[in-house]
Amino acid sequence: MGTSAESDAFVAFERVQKSYDGETLVVKDLNLAMPKGEFLTMLGPSGSGKTTCLMMLAGFETATHGEIKLDGKPINNIPPHKRGIGMVFQNYALFPHMTVAENLSFPLEVRGMAKSEREQKVKRALEMVQMGAFGGRRPAQLSGGQQQRIALARALVFEAELVLMDEPLGALDKQLREHMQFEIKRIADDLGITVVYVTHDQTEALTMSDRVAVFDDGRIQQLAPPDELYEAPQNSFVAQFIGENNTLEGVIEEIGGNRCTVKLDSGDVIDAMPVNVSQKGERTRVSIRPERVEFNPELGPDAHTLTAEVREFIYMGDVFRTRLSVAGHDEFIVKTRNRADQKRLSPGETIQIGWLPEDCRALDAS
Amino acid sequence: MSDATADPGKIEGPTPDDPLAQAKALDNVDAQGRMLAADGTPLKKSLARSLRIQKLRALMLIAPLLLFVLLTFVAPIADMLFRSVENQIVSDTLPRTVEALQDWDYESGEAPDEPVFDALYDDLFLAAERREHTRLGSRLNYETTGISSLFRQTGRSVEDLGDAYLDQFEELNEAWEEEVVWAELMGSDQWLEEQRAWDEESGDPLPEFQLREGVATLLPETTRSFLNFVEFIRTEDQESPLDEEPWSRVYTGLYTDLMNEDVANYSGPHAELLQEADAAVADFETQTTKEFFLSVDEDWGDPRIWGTLEAFSPNYTSGYFLNAVDMQLTPEGAGLRDEDERIYGLLFKRTMFMSLVITFSCILLGYPIAYLLANLPMRSANLLMILVLLPFWTSLLVRTSAWKVMLQQQGVINDVLVWLGLVGDANRLVMINNQFGTIVAMTHILLPFMILPMYSVMSTIPPSYVRAAKSLGATNVTAFRRVYFPQSVPGIGAGSILVFILAIGYYITPEIVGGTTGTFISNRIAYHISSSLNWGLAAALGTILLAVVLILYWAYDRIVGIDNVKLGG
Repeated sequence: MGTSAESDAFVAFERVQKSYDGETLVVKDLNLAMPKGEFLTMLGPSGSGKTTCLMMLAGFETATHGEIKLDGKPINNIPPHKRGIGMVFQNYALFPHMTVAENLSFPLEVRGMAKSEREQKVKRALEMVQMGAFGGRRPAQLSGGQQQRIALARALVFEAELVLMDEPLGALDKQLREHMQFEIKRIADDLGITVVYVTHDQTEALTMSDRVAVFDDGRIQQLAPPDELYEAPQNSFVAQFIGENNTLEGVIEEIGGNRCTVKLDSGDVIDAMPVNVSQKGERTRVSIRPERVEFNPELGPDAHTLTAEVREFIYMGDVFRTRLSVAGHDEFIVKTRNRADQKRLSPGETIQIGWLPEDCRALDAS
Repeated sequence: MSDATADPGKIEGPTPDDPLAQAKALDNVDAQGRMLAADGTPLKKSLARSLRIQKLRALMLIAPLLLFVLLTFVAPIADMLFRSVENQIVSDTLPRTVEALQDWDYESGEAPDEPVFDALYDDLFLAAERREHTRLGSRLNYETTGISSLFRQTGRSVEDLGDAYLDQFEELNEAWEEEVVWAELMGSDQWLEEQRAWDEESGDPLPEFQLREGVATLLPETTRSFLNFVEFIRTEDQESPLDEEPWSRVYTGLYTDLMNEDVANYSGPHAELLQEADAAVADFETQTTKEFFLSVDEDWGDPRIWGTLEAFSPNYTSGYFLNAVDMQLTPEGAGLRDEDERIYGLLFKRTMFMSLVITFSCILLGYPIAYLLANLPMRSANLLMILVLLPFWTSLLVRTSAWKVMLQQQGVINDVLVWLGLVGDANRLVMINNQFGTIVAMTHILLPFMILPMYSVMSTIPPSYVRAAKSLGATNVTAFRRVYFPQSVPGIGAGSILVFILAIGYYITPEIVGGTTGTFISNRIAYHISSSLNWGLAAALGTILLAVVLILYWAYDRIVGIDNVKLGG
């Protein structure tokens, strides 16, 4: 990301560090720039620093070092209530002693808005989340999904341009969660707001975001659009964290251009595309997505294939999931579409497998 | 989207079919439409049966505590409530007098007539023998001062009336002095035989007394008093009537009978003796019971004494309650006490007022501490919690006495103020043995009871609420006032109820530091329990206190709602 991009950015983290105890850094040298209107997801395992980043942006935590800018202005010393950032909390944080309408009216009241205007805005916000009839209810009388909608409406009612969401769908069941994902995305697009969304659910991150920042160990491991993240992971953490993934370990035998050959620990040799390996003899971990593996491949003349033994065949409806033993590795998964002509393998069968070299990415070994 | 408003449970899975329809399909619904279990019994019955064992087991588990609470808590309270209206002592001690008094009217302004005095003589004689008259005297003395000494005096002299007749009968014939003569005169032959055969050493019970045939109609008054006498010495003293000279009351009875009845036709034992006496009684020196009582104490001629007796003759009385609210039950009916005798109204008002002040001081001092407890990091909060609980590890008496040391005129605070020159040595502040001292000491002692419920409620308020409020644009003050404080109100409610109810019945601290102006109603109750021994009044005061607390509790429920009270969770 260039300097010009960062100065244009709506939200920018510049060399931000955070430590709670003065001994370890929870966030290490974070740099991030978001244009207006973007839906950015911070994805990562728990303890990766993503929530801390969100809290620093909201103003509930202070950065130990570095600067956070909103619309070009540093906000490090601005208290949360003056930042004008909408926020949806993990447990919704709807005020239990107020009705839904009072909850929504609260941010407008503290801004000194006139009553009639408040009522109009609350009504519009409720309608936006299809909860128009629920203004008089208490939060406790609503289901989880309904509370979620109200929390969203409350974060939007005062027309914040930036909305932060801290695992907002974590407490919902799967079906409702999927439904709400689209709903949130639709509203965000309609209103043109900028959203920073924190989750540990990769499906959620992939389906909703314009860009995903994968966090681990206090750093952004990769910041990319979902497709790029899935298809072109930059390191083995991202490859393993996003989606299902087969990994095989070995040593680079030959490298040149965008092709390399890897000698696996079992002695087999495969073709791969080097991503963050650079020299012969380096240890590497190759990553192949289960759906990119082919049975009995008809590849190029000098392409390498591997012999695999079927361990397990699982029927999953739309796909078949076959577990293979490949190069001394028992957990090699292959996914095939349930097509009429798709062969259904049975355990014990031996089969040749292969893949296009560009689908097999040679990554760092760590 | 239609499902947005629907219940998530319905979105989640397929809608279950109507259970009744399913049941019908399975053919296990009876004619009335009740669900049936697999064996055809109604499902409700089946369920109740299967839960019965569990319920029984649960009951067994709580049984020891239930029993304990019933015996040591519910029963004493019920007994106390009962004592506040119970008044059987008058009708138990003076049954005939109470009956005779029904014909008397206080409004007449005169003492009752002869029959009432006769009844009183009867009752009081027996009561004096049983030594019950002083108890009754003390009881009635609560209502009209002087009755206690009147009863004691009369009890001492009640023998005199009969003794006068006894002397005259004896003068007439020495035989009247002999126990055996009386026994033969009054008792049946069979009884005499049994009684003579009775051996005191044997330990056998005394034989049942049997009246001689005809004596009851011949000498009714004598018989009645003699029966009382025999019954008394038989049951109370375990003495044989053959060895005991009759009470003087019996001689009074004999005199009355001989004056009224004709004994000329009597032919039983000692007929001559009786006829001799009959001839002589007309010349006896005599005195009516009324004259006698008036000679013992002229107060017996005062209708107020009789009015009090009449007013307190029912088995249940409102007298204690009237006393407890500065009224009294007089012969004219219920009325306010004199201005200078009213103390309970003042005490109740003071108790209420001071309890309220203590509760508010506790809220003011406790709220910030509870807030810190709930919001500080774990380690500091634990230390603070230990400090809050520390008073519980010290004796209440020690804490109260410590306040005495702190607040007295030669105490720590005054010394410091004098040393600083803020207060002159001659004008040391009076901070103890008054309301101020009680309020300070009790606020300190009851503070943990305010902090703990507040803390347990505050610790359940997630920090995300205040964060949400701030992110929505509220300043710290607004976020606290609009979001945090309303959610902590249940804790304040619970703490206030606890502290107020504890304060209203507090005894030790006001007793030690309260002096005269800082005492509570409970100190007065304790006084009546242990010093004046007027338990009925103490019970009435306690009952009123209980009622006040219940009414306040009810009012609190109506205004704040008891659902808003949380002790935790």
